[in-house]
Amino acid sequence: MIILSKSAINPTNIQPSEITSCEVFDNRRHFIKAAGFGLAAGSALLLSAKARAANVAGGALSNGTTEGDGRLLGRANASAKVDKLATKAGARIKINDYKKTAYGAGEKVTKYEDVTTYNNYYEFGTDKSDPAKYSSQFKSRPWTISIEGEVKKAKTISIDELMKLAPLEERIYRHRCVEAWSMVVPWVGLPLASLVKWAEPTGNAKFIEFISANDPQTMPGVRSPILDWPYTEGLRMDEANNPLTLLAVGLHGELLQNQNGAPVRLVMPWKYGFKGGKSIVKIRFVEKMPLTTWVKSGPNEYGFYANVNPNVDHPRWTQSSEKPIGVGLFGGRIKTKMFNGYTEQVGQMYAGMDLFNNF
Amino acid sequence: MNKQQILYVKVAVWVLALLPLARLFWLGFNDNLGANPVEFVEHSTGTWALVFLLITLSMTPIRLLTGQVWQIQLRRMLGLFMFFYACLHITTYVWLDFAFLWDELLIDVTKHPRILVGFAAFLLTIPLAVTSNSYMIKRLKTNWKKLHQLVYVIAILAVVHFLMLVKKDLTEPIYYAVALILLLGIRLYYKYQAHSKAILKAKAMLKT
Repeated sequence: MIILSKSAINPTNIQPSEITSCEVFDNRRHFIKAAGFGLAAGSALLLSAKARAANVAGGALSNGTTEGDGRLLGRANASAKVDKLATKAGARIKINDYKKTAYGAGEKVTKYEDVTTYNNYYEFGTDKSDPAKYSSQFKSRPWTISIEGEVKKAKTISIDELMKLAPLEERIYRHRCVEAWSMVVPWVGLPLASLVKWAEPTGNAKFIEFISANDPQTMPGVRSPILDWPYTEGLRMDEANNPLTLLAVGLHGELLQNQNGAPVRLVMPWKYGFKGGKSIVKIRFVEKMPLTTWVKSGPNEYGFYANVNPNVDHPRWTQSSEKPIGVGLFGGRIKTKMFNGYTEQVGQMYAGMDLFNNF
Repeated sequence: MNKQQILYVKVAVWVLALLPLARLFWLGFNDNLGANPVEFVEHSTGTWALVFLLITLSMTPIRLLTGQVWQIQLRRMLGLFMFFYACLHITTYVWLDFAFLWDELLIDVTKHPRILVGFAAFLLTIPLAVTSNSYMIKRLKTNWKKLHQLVYVIAILAVVHFLMLVKKDLTEPIYYAVALILLLGIRLYYKYQAHSKAILKAKAMLKT
C-alpha cells in the first residue's frame, strides 16, 4: 500500500474550532469507570452493567494481556465471549490490536455520541435517531459473509476469519452524506483489497456487489417497502481495490454498534455515504454493473458512482457545501471538495470519464 | 361565549402557541438538540408553522360542523403564529443552516423544487400578515377576502414542500396532507350543499 504523506491526505479546510473535540479521553474514562465497577462487583455484574465493555483483539484474538482497564479475555474463548457480549444491545467492545495510520492526521473527529446517534440506516427506520433506538434486537454476532460469483474461493467466512485477513488499522476519514452533512469518523477496519486478493477473482469479475442483512424480525425498517430490500451496493473492481476502500469493523476504537452497520460495513470516503453498505452478508463478484438500491429507487437522483462532487447538484440537496456535524447551532457550513478532498488518491480512476453523466 | 371568556381563551392560546419556541430554547440551553441542532430547529419551526396553518384553517370547518362561531375570533392570532413560526423557519434556514452564504442560497432556492415551493409559500404569507390588521381589513373591503384566499394556496404549497423534503418515507407529510384535504373537503362539501339547496329553492319558486 502506498503510504501517503500527512499533507497529501489531509487537505482539510475544517477548522478545529468548528468541530467538537475528540471524545476519546472521555470514552476511555467512561470505559474505565464501567470496567472498574465491573471488576469490583464481579464479572457477572460487568456483563449486565449498562456500559458493558471488554477488551478484544481485532484480527488476531487477544494475546491475553490487557491495558489494565478492561476484562481479560483468553485466547481460546475470546471469540465466543465477544459473540456473547455483542448480543447485548449497546455493548461497547474495545478493539486492542489495530495500528494507527497517517490517514486523517490532524482532523478533528466527530464525537462518539454524534457518530452513534445520527445515522441513516433505513433498515432500522428513516429518522436519523431510529437506528440507535430500534437496532437493539439485531444480532451482529456470530456472523458469516458469503463470498460468491466469479471467484476461486466462493465460500462463506465468519466475521472473525474476515478480521484476520489483514491487520486492522485505524483510518480517520471524512464522511459526506448526499444530504449535505458531514462527519469525521475514526474507522477501524481492513482494506477491501485484502479480501479481494484472498477471494481470487476470475478474469470475469468486473464489479463487486455487496448485499446487506434483511431480517424483518430484528430490523423494523425492512417490514415496509420503503426501499427494495435487501440493500444492495456495488463497486467497480478498481474502486474496490483502491487503498482507501475499507471494510470497517469498528469506530472510535470499538467494534461497530448496530446502528453503524455492525459487524462489517463498507467505507469509501470519496463517495456519498449511501454507497457504504452496512451489515454485509454477501459479497458477489460479477461481470455486469450491479443495479444498486438507491439507483433503483431514483435513477435521476442517485447514480452508481455517487462520487462526492460539488459541481454536480442533486435535485434535493445542494452539493457545493455541507453542514459539519458537531459544530453547534452557529457553526455554519464548509465548502464541499471534489471527491470529498481525496482527488489525489482516487482521481485517476475516473480520468476521462464524464462525471456529470456518470454521477 | 362572552367577551371576558374570549379574552381568557385568547391569552391561553397565546401562551400555548409560544410553548414550541420555549421548548427549543430549553433544549438548546441544555445542549439537547441532537447531533444536528440546526436541522432539528429547522424541522421543528417548519412543522409548527404548518400545524398553526392547519389549526387556522380548521376554524371554519368547526363552525360548519358544530355551528359554533366564537372560535373564528382566534383565527387572526393563529394565522399570525403561523407567520411567526414560518419566519423562524426561514431565519433558521438562511442564518443557521446557510450562514448567509447568498450564492449558496441562490443555488439552493432556484435549483431545488422543494425549497422553491417552500420559499414561494413563505413569500405569499407576507401580504396576508401585513393586511391582517383591522385598518387594512376596512380599507381593502371585499378585496381583503379575495386576498386572504391565498391561504389555501399557501397551505397546498406548504404540504407539497414537506412531501418533497422527505427522501423516501412519506408517512409523516402524508398525515398533514390528509388533514389539509379533510379541512378543504369539509368546506367544499358545505359549499356544494348550499349551492344545491339554493337551486332547489329557485326551482320551487318557479313552480309556484
